[in-house]
Amino acid sequence: MTTVAEPRLLGEPVEAYVPKLDPKQVIDLARQAGLTGRGGAGFPVGRKLAAVAATGRPAMVIANGAEGEPGSEKDRYLLTHQPHLVLDGLQLVARACHASALFLYAPPAALEPVRRALWDRRREAVSVRLAPAPSTFVAGEASAAAAAVVGGGAIPADKMVRLAKREMPTLVQNVETLAHLALVARHGAEWFRTRGTQDEPGTFLATVGGAVVNPQVVEAGYGVPLGELLAAAGGPSGPLSAVLVGGYHGGWVPADPELPVSRAGLDSYGATPGAGVVTALPASSCGLRETARIVEYLAGQVSGQCGPCLNGLPRMASALSDLAHHRIWLGMTSEVDRLRGLVTGRGACHHPDATARLIGSAMRMFHEDVTAHLKGECVAR
Amino acid sequence: MRLHIDRTACDGRGLCAELLPELLESDEWGFPMARGSSGVPEELTRAARRAVDRCPKLAFHLAPGS
Amino acid sequence: MTSDALWFVGRGSGVISLVLLTVVVALGIGARSGRTPFDLPRFAVNLLHRNAALTAIVFLAAHIISLLIDPLAPITIFDAIFPFSSTYRPFWQGLGTLGMELMAAILLTTLFRHRLGARGWRAVHWLAYLCWPVALAHGLGTGSDNNTWWLWAITMICLAAVAAAVFWRVSPRFDPPRRRVAVRPFEEVR
Ligand code: SF4
Ligand code: SF4
Repeated sequence: MTTVAEPRLLGEPVEAYVPKLDPKQVIDLARQAGLTGRGGAGFPVGRKLAAVAATGRPAMVIANGAEGEPGSEKDRYLLTHQPHLVLDGLQLVARACHASALFLYAPPAALEPVRRALWDRRREAVSVRLAPAPSTFVAGEASAAAAAVVGGGAIPADKMVRLAKREMPTLVQNVETLAHLALVARHGAEWFRTRGTQDEPGTFLATVGGAVVNPQVVEAGYGVPLGELLAAAGGPSGPLSAVLVGGYHGGWVPADPELPVSRAGLDSYGATPGAGVVTALPASSCGLRETARIVEYLAGQVSGQCGPCLNGLPRMASALSDLAHHRIWLGMTSEVDRLRGLVTGRGACHHPDATARLIGSAMRMFHEDVTAHLKGECVAR
Repeated sequence: MRLHIDRTACDGRGLCAELLPELLESDEWGFPMARGSSGVPEELTRAARRAVDRCPKLAFHLAPGS
Repeated sequence: MTSDALWFVGRGSGVISLVLLTVVVALGIGARSGRTPFDLPRFAVNLLHRNAALTAIVFLAAHIISLLIDPLAPITIFDAIFPFSSTYRPFWQGLGTLGMELMAAILLTTLFRHRLGARGWRAVHWLAYLCWPVALAHGLGTGSDNNTWWLWAITMICLAAVAAAVFWRVSPRFDPPRRRVAVRPFEEVR
């Protein structure tokens, strides 16, 4: 069933336990369970592990808990609540791809509980290096994490150039993904598949916030109805106009309680569950203003490397803010569309693409607001 | 072959777009932009290679695939 | 060839190489500006920079070889490899050897720059700013021409050309606004 019931990751804190599995067994388990990355992109874990293992070279493995998304709490919560589960998963992955260096990359505050957990496990001959993550938005991007743990700036790099450099193969996995893998190793792939949907098995952590009574981290199976997720956080605190799913790199969806939160369920809105950020927008707020504020923030989080992103995002932000604040000029909506096309696919990371996608979903979701704003009115109550 | 631009290195002075006008144009800030797809047709591979060689930032690459 | 002819070839190719080198350096500095000199297409500036550099190297080779085979010229292979070892005006002639070696370093790293990576290549390419004044000083200080008016004139013109390129490069109106902003709004980790 796809409900909020019976937490897995959020159950009782567990002690360290790493079953004796060989590399192939770990990869097979991840494959059979259908485990996907929980950091946002949702890439199949088994395939990623197999690719790194196939290089035959010792790899660098990074547990990524950087969580640059301002609305997201779940990685920090997990590291505090279940540090051993994350470390178990990290060790399993390390075994699967003959890792020679293990890192846990997270904001300094979230490293404290991990440090204590590592002290509990001091008898095991495994060394995990703790790397503090800066609190910037793109710090959690995989190549930014890989640069940061070896002492560089936490900024993304060009994927092709990085591969060509033939450095140590690097595997970056979100901390929640690792915790799920640890559970799969304990309970088996079949057990894992008893939650979620056929195509998207398992549970995920959602940070439910915005206009809800008790904002909190919630665990649910993929496909959970949106209304149930919101109810787990105390329910909406008033009438809602829309919900932002997937965080600032996500998309707007209608506040429909029946809407299944899964890739398949959200696809028609151009959204994905992403890293599980679910933010309810009260009907009293203007969706365009909220989006303009987010895009302004995202434009400020550009890492300053790629021309189209660096130049394009501030331009989109100002056009959108003009629209949100009734500074109307001729052709402003088509200019927004043009800029979205101009930045998409033209950065080293997907920051510009995701920003353009968010704006697109806002223009669709709030098209009545757009019409009203162009006439100098607003539909927010 | 297909064109690949390392956006973190490119300075947007537009040299490549001058050398490969068939495949690239400059956007309003000077940064190269593929006209259509980034695939390089057979007859333009030599010109593309020359453009790769001339990029002052070594930001311009030819990658396998289409 | 007579020794006289060799002497002229040696001196002439040295001067030509110096002038070409000046063109190369001036174009190299100017090319980093937002606008190209005389509104030439950017690729033309780029190709001119490269071709002038390669030609300068050819003339430099002629300069060195002709002086080496000239029985009257007081330099040896040894002097052409180890700077400041010559018995004849060791300092001024040593500058020539040093300049040649810097140029060789720049040439080799440029040939292999795609292997070397942008950072290493650029670091060595910066040596051009050392190489060019060294070559200029070598031209003035060595040989028997240092009291002729025309060598001084050429040197001055070279200096003026590079100064003009620097001026072109730094004048802000040649950098279009809203290009790359130099901010990296990131705290470094550790
Ligand atoms: S696309 Fe934007 S955020 Fe991503 S690396 Fe380039 S400049 Fe930075
Ligand atoms: S030549 Fe190189 S640096 Fe210049 S615009 Fe093209 S890719 Fe960018």
